[in-house]
Amino acid sequence: MKRVVITGQGTINALGHSVPDTLAAFREGRCGIGPLEIRDVDRLSIKIGGQVHGYEPEAHFNRQQIALYDRFTQFTLLAARQALAQSGLDFCGELSMESGVALGTSGGGMNTLDENYRSVYEDGKNRVHPFVVPKLMNNAAASHVSMTFNLKGPSFTVATACSSSNHAMGQAFHMIRSGMCRVMITGGSESMLCFGGIKAWEGLRVMSRDACRPFSANRNGMVQGEGAAIFVFEEYEHARARGADILAEVVGFAMTADASDIVMPSRQGAARAIEGALRDARLAPEDIDYINAHGTGTAANDKTECAAVADVFGPHADQLMISSTKSMHGHLIGGTGAVELLACIMALRDGIVAPTIGYEEPDPECTLDVVPNTAREADVNVVLSNAFAFGGLNAVLALRKV
Amino acid sequence: MSDSVKDKVIQIIAEQAVLEVSDVKMDSSLEDLGIDSLGLVESIFAIEEAFDIQVPFNANDPSESEFDISSVAAIVKAVEQLVADQKA
Repeated sequence: MKRVVITGQGTINALGHSVPDTLAAFREGRCGIGPLEIRDVDRLSIKIGGQVHGYEPEAHFNRQQIALYDRFTQFTLLAARQALAQSGLDFCGELSMESGVALGTSGGGMNTLDENYRSVYEDGKNRVHPFVVPKLMNNAAASHVSMTFNLKGPSFTVATACSSSNHAMGQAFHMIRSGMCRVMITGGSESMLCFGGIKAWEGLRVMSRDACRPFSANRNGMVQGEGAAIFVFEEYEHARARGADILAEVVGFAMTADASDIVMPSRQGAARAIEGALRDARLAPEDIDYINAHGTGTAANDKTECAAVADVFGPHADQLMISSTKSMHGHLIGGTGAVELLACIMALRDGIVAPTIGYEEPDPECTLDVVPNTAREADVNVVLSNAFAFGGLNAVLALRKV
Repeated sequence: MSDSVKDKVIQIIAEQAVLEVSDVKMDSSLEDLGIDSLGLVESIFAIEEAFDIQVPFNANDPSESEFDISSVAAIVKAVEQLVADQKA
């Protein structure tokens, strides 16, 4: 089996338009959640989100590109440019054939859907722009990454709600580990902060009106975010031979299905995914220093996740750190695991663990060390990143310091 | 008026629980009737639509929501209050 390493990363999210800006926010425990600035926000009962501000598409893309790229595709391409630039890779010849794209998104071109439904239903128009379909399709971002960077190997999109990115990165990992590909551009993107996107989530009554406070006894729900994070996964020998800067090694991945409920999480399903990732990486529970939690800030997720971690790690559960950065960037749904992987890599590379901000009251059902409110310096060698989706689909990645 | 609110709420709950209206007792809890968290959210949606009201309910902490869901009687009372508030 081949070893898989990460040689590039890029992002745009509510905390910043680059990796350094995002990591600075993680270190400072800065909150990117604030009042939503979207059309018809007065008709929403949820008026906050982790929105990307100060972003002008025209600064990055020409008119023809903007006509084809939904906001989730724009975010993907911006993050991919950063990641590819850092990796130093140029795709031509054989490498181009052996490299692909695996991205996660849940809603795909949700803004495009929203705008065009509005146009035909509310404004009564009988004609829409010719590019609506290629703009809104879930695989649009993956295809544009493939076209922009000349990646001609296996390329596809994974849509498993809140686990999309982790599932996509897990697939990218497997494809390099098995020898099928040499490089995979992977990660995820989401842009659901539009009237229809928020209105749909309001219906479930799991959203907070004021803040995302994972693991805190007074938590009252999740807050949506938007953005993308993209990584370059590369076969280790290939990266080493060209003297690439290796950010971290991906050492394990597991996925499970709860097979129980469409929205309620399962302790057993989550625990089996965590155990599976450890087994796949040939790690003992005691090896894990940090877990980037799914930590949505809902009553149900956080207590279930803590119970699952306690089941898997036993006494070591009290030794490891577990934080939810959703408290800062919000829940990016299909893109969330990707943005959260940035915090995992920061912990491994810089020895700084991002905090769970907004933590106000201990919850007897969440007694783990959630790194409350302030980032922490620590020697971190091995990390896990959890994602537990609606539909009961779980995906956990394991990374190691190189 | 009050009776009609009660009848309509019971009808909504009965439909959600797949029970006859006569099987929904005022002292039943939603749990007694076999209504889970998704069923509850759907019932509240149906109540909001039926009475054109906003029900203050957050699934993250049903016990601390302003809307009392501890029994059918409590729900009827809360809905009557919301309907009255709306008319006021």
